[in-house]
Amino acid sequence: MATLTTGADRAAEAPPGQGPRGRARRAAVGRFNWLGGLAGWVWLVIVVVPLYWIVITSLKARASYYAQNPLAPPSDPTLENYRSVIESDFARYFFNSVVVTAGAVVPAVLVSFMAAYAIIRGAAGSRFLRWANVLFLMGLAIPLQATIIPVYLIIIRLRLYDTLLAIILPSIAFAVPLSVLVLANFVRDVPKELFESMRMDGATEWRTLWHLAFPLTRPALVTVSIYNGLSIWNGFLLPLILTQSPEQRTLPLALWTFQGEYGVNVPAVLASVVLATLPILVLYALGRRQLLSGLTLGFGK
Amino acid sequence: MTGLAPPAVRVRPAAGSAGGRSGSLGWMALPALAIFVAFGVVPLVGVLVLSFTRWDGIGAIHPAGLDSWRTVLADPALPHALWVTFLVMALSWAFQTPMSLLMGVFLAGHQRYREILAVIYVVPLLLSSAALAITYKALLDPNFGLGVGLGFSFLVQDWLGRGTLALGVVVFVVSWQFIPFHALIYQGGVRQIPVTLYEAAQIDGAGRVRQFFSITLPQLKYTIITSSTLMVVGSLTFFDLIFVLTEGGPGDATRVLALDMYKRGFQANLMGPASAIAVILVLVGLALALLLRRLGGRDASASQQEGM
Repeated sequence: MATLTTGADRAAEAPPGQGPRGRARRAAVGRFNWLGGLAGWVWLVIVVVPLYWIVITSLKARASYYAQNPLAPPSDPTLENYRSVIESDFARYFFNSVVVTAGAVVPAVLVSFMAAYAIIRGAAGSRFLRWANVLFLMGLAIPLQATIIPVYLIIIRLRLYDTLLAIILPSIAFAVPLSVLVLANFVRDVPKELFESMRMDGATEWRTLWHLAFPLTRPALVTVSIYNGLSIWNGFLLPLILTQSPEQRTLPLALWTFQGEYGVNVPAVLASVVLATLPILVLYALGRRQLLSGLTLGFGK
Repeated sequence: MTGLAPPAVRVRPAAGSAGGRSGSLGWMALPALAIFVAFGVVPLVGVLVLSFTRWDGIGAIHPAGLDSWRTVLADPALPHALWVTFLVMALSWAFQTPMSLLMGVFLAGHQRYREILAVIYVVPLLLSSAALAITYKALLDPNFGLGVGLGFSFLVQDWLGRGTLALGVVVFVVSWQFIPFHALIYQGGVRQIPVTLYEAAQIDGAGRVRQFFSITLPQLKYTIITSSTLMVVGSLTFFDLIFVLTEGGPGDATRVLALDMYKRGFQANLMGPASAIAVILVLVGLALALLLRRLGGRDASASQQEGM
């Protein structure tokens, strides 16, 4: 299963020009790919300029935002914007986002893993599991946000409206289909002989699940957790519809309201953008390879 | 995937039946199934039911027969929303696919600097749609934005104030975020192409362009289908970006189906018609997924190197 190996991994295995892969690759590439190179460098500029602008603007005083050239570095760098954002209850929104993300990702990945295991091991002999599998696959084709109105109704009826649990429960449900699919592909790759020998040793399915499949699919579990974590951390629709009070706000929603409140104070708004993205950037710096494989979820076949 | 390499095992002779399943397997699937049914399947049925009712989002729900459907289907806003949704989908596909293919091929090289480029490309993917929309709103400001900063007069426009421009901005911002994602998918795809194919082509004297069209592109068929499916089905869910960036405006220029549903339901408090729109959204999504599956001929996860 090479799908989740990122470029960085493989390059580490075979540095360019060394080993069979590097040599073969060079032969294949032949001349330099000018068009691709041009696109690559142009895209770099297109990506970097707005990012650069976000950072420098967030360090500008409000007055110099209007006076200076927008792309010039701040003449008098200040952390004032960051201070005012942090003072606007930022810690609470941050905490809410952490609770929602952790509270949804951990159960979502665990239940999806159990379901993936059950489907791979038992679908051949159980109509119930085949039926469950079809249901999850259908969930992939449906834009789940189209179900938001009944979700809202259910949340109201459960008296969960305006709580963090109101965001967590649908987030888990929305994460399940894709997680089951990806994890099932990995459980399928566990050699049958290993399952067989566990069975011979008299292990129950439950024990096999946690002592054999779990450690062997750990990279996939990390991948799926990252993918779900990022989409839930950045989620906007569920908090927008299922919460109301400022105490329950998550970061993306807080950004939006910041923008409404600060309005013309663009540097402060951008400081909030930086602060909301910072945790993910830190994670990215720490575990780039895992994050990259998580982002593409192994679609790069 | 080295992590999955099986440790050396002594395989015992398999005795008895291979299917050692028990009832416990069914129980293992139950938690996932329960929550997915509660907040996925039930709402899916619910949205169809609600489309035949009258509800303001707070009070009691009354049956209303076909009222919502009559309202929605007779409203010229529906074909418009469908058209805008289609435009966003088609334009973002048409812009992203060639760009990400090109960049994916480029990134497939193992040079160190290309890896560093890939690291930077990915940063926009980490931003939330809300953050992106807020950023671009300020960045495209005709008085204090990028146009002034770079001194290019063609960049100084009322980007979000004119219909066609606003639609273009939506497509651009989507591409800005997702091209790297698809480029990474293509990078993976290109690296799976057997090098022998290129070597054979080179012996036959095929040039770079010829190699791209005769080897790379056909070999990437299933990668292209996967990537396109993600783009097309994903484009139905651009609610948050458009909501924060333009709120569907100016006028109704960027009012896609998902936004139309939100506005009717949660701003105008007409949950019946909003549910009807949601049903249409589900049908569009299903139709697209089926269409792309047919186009693929079979499951995109199947081997691309069949017959080699």
